[in-house]
Amino acid sequence: MNIFDIMGPVMVGPSSVHTAGAVRMGLVGRKLLGFQPARANIALHSSFAAAGAGHGADKAIVAGLLAMKPDDPDIPRSFQLAEESRLSVQFQNADLQDAPPNTVVMTLIGERGRIVVVTATSIGDGRIWINSIDGMHVSFTADIPTLVIRLEDRPGIVSAASSCLVQHGVNIEGFQHYRHRRNDLAQGDISVMVIESLQPIEQQVMDDLMLLPGVVRNIYLDQEEG
Amino acid sequence: MFGSVRALLSAAADKPLWQAVLEEDCHDRDAASGASMTRMAQLWQAMKQSVLDYDPAHRSPSGLSGGQGAQMEALSNSLCGPFLQEVMSTALKVGEHSACMGRIVAAPTAGACGVLPAVLIPLQRQDQLSDEDMVKHLYVAAGFGQVIAARASISGAEGGCQAEVGSASGMAAAALAAARGGTPKQMAAACAMALQNVMGLVCDPVAGLVEAPCVKRNVMGAVNALSCTDMALAGLDGGIPCDEVIDAMGTVGRALPSSLRGTGGGGLAATPTGQRIANSR
Repeated sequence: MNIFDIMGPVMVGPSSVHTAGAVRMGLVGRKLLGFQPARANIALHSSFAAAGAGHGADKAIVAGLLAMKPDDPDIPRSFQLAEESRLSVQFQNADLQDAPPNTVVMTLIGERGRIVVVTATSIGDGRIWINSIDGMHVSFTADIPTLVIRLEDRPGIVSAASSCLVQHGVNIEGFQHYRHRRNDLAQGDISVMVIESLQPIEQQVMDDLMLLPGVVRNIYLDQEEG
Repeated sequence: MFGSVRALLSAAADKPLWQAVLEEDCHDRDAASGASMTRMAQLWQAMKQSVLDYDPAHRSPSGLSGGQGAQMEALSNSLCGPFLQEVMSTALKVGEHSACMGRIVAAPTAGACGVLPAVLIPLQRQDQLSDEDMVKHLYVAAGFGQVIAARASISGAEGGCQAEVGSASGMAAAALAAARGGTPKQMAAACAMALQNVMGLVCDPVAGLVEAPCVKRNVMGAVNALSCTDMALAGLDGGIPCDEVIDAMGTVGRALPSSLRGTGGGGLAATPTGQRIANSR
């Protein structure tokens, strides 16, 4: 931990797990959808459901969906602001079986029907893990600049993507590739690539990645300030 | 980063301790010292702002917190005297502000956010210290906090309240010793004694909320820090080196049952009244 993990962050209280982490879960969910959802269904697991409301976890997640950061003084007013910006949110309690404490499943739906289902866990200190996207297992924190690439899986795609990054001089900190077998063999597998870098990733890199065969969607999670 | 207080003290042999922490941070994060200091200065401003933003009319979503910082401030003829009264009311204000979803600085955590501002802000006023000085003292607090986090824990869920308010208290004691002109050895002694005094303190929030007893434990952490600093400046120490105290705190934390680590299942949370409050929500 560096000294600013000890001192800071500046955040809206009362809980780094239930408030600051919850804002970040909403924020990352929004980024994975690509824009502000029109509808959101949020399932809260265990202590999120129990202590979460008293700690404003529900307001915090909605604040994140509205693109607020964990230190935004408007977080307590997020329900009202959601209504004003036509975001409709439903909450439910869920038994997510073996999920770790403080896990949520966010189903986010855009105005034109684009949908993303994100499972995330708040692990303390305002930090989170993203555990799955659309039912596909992933594992990353979004603490550093992160690219999330959805693919129709094809041979050679991993090496094509990594050489594209090398060409642009992107220093890869972490590289994960998760394949999801579809029941219908004719459809082939789909997969998610998660690429973490210590430096910001330029738009040109994103554009070039989109040209690779099989790439369906490309989401960039930039690092937040502070 | 420093893995021990001993290493921190030896890095501070030929320079002020705050500077050793700053240089180590620049090295760790590959950052410029100006950028690091600007960031720390922003945290100091945010701490001061959290006290100014406190609104005695606000109540937490549970209704358990709000208004008590102002109530404390209004007490006439405080037994503890005006300085300690300000320390106590500041700790309550920041803790309550956090519970009411106000903006605070987690230092080291949101649950313990009242401790450092409660001692440093009244001290700045009383001793007429500059903001630049206060930022240096935050580096001292962060340096000790970093060692505590590396060797033990700063999280109540991991190590009980001793790790949360206790760590804040130890960090505050070291910073206060620095602010009063103490030597690095005295900073370490102040931190060690503050941690010794809260060894074993459990994390038992009523209804699982960071409110009761958490807000008032911030007052305890602040007052504990002040007394330990004075003891250290008087030449006392706790007899056990700071690193060993931190290690013991870590061991005790791991030995605590999960009911006493923030789950709301033990201690005050498990009392009949605690249960009643939890069930009425």
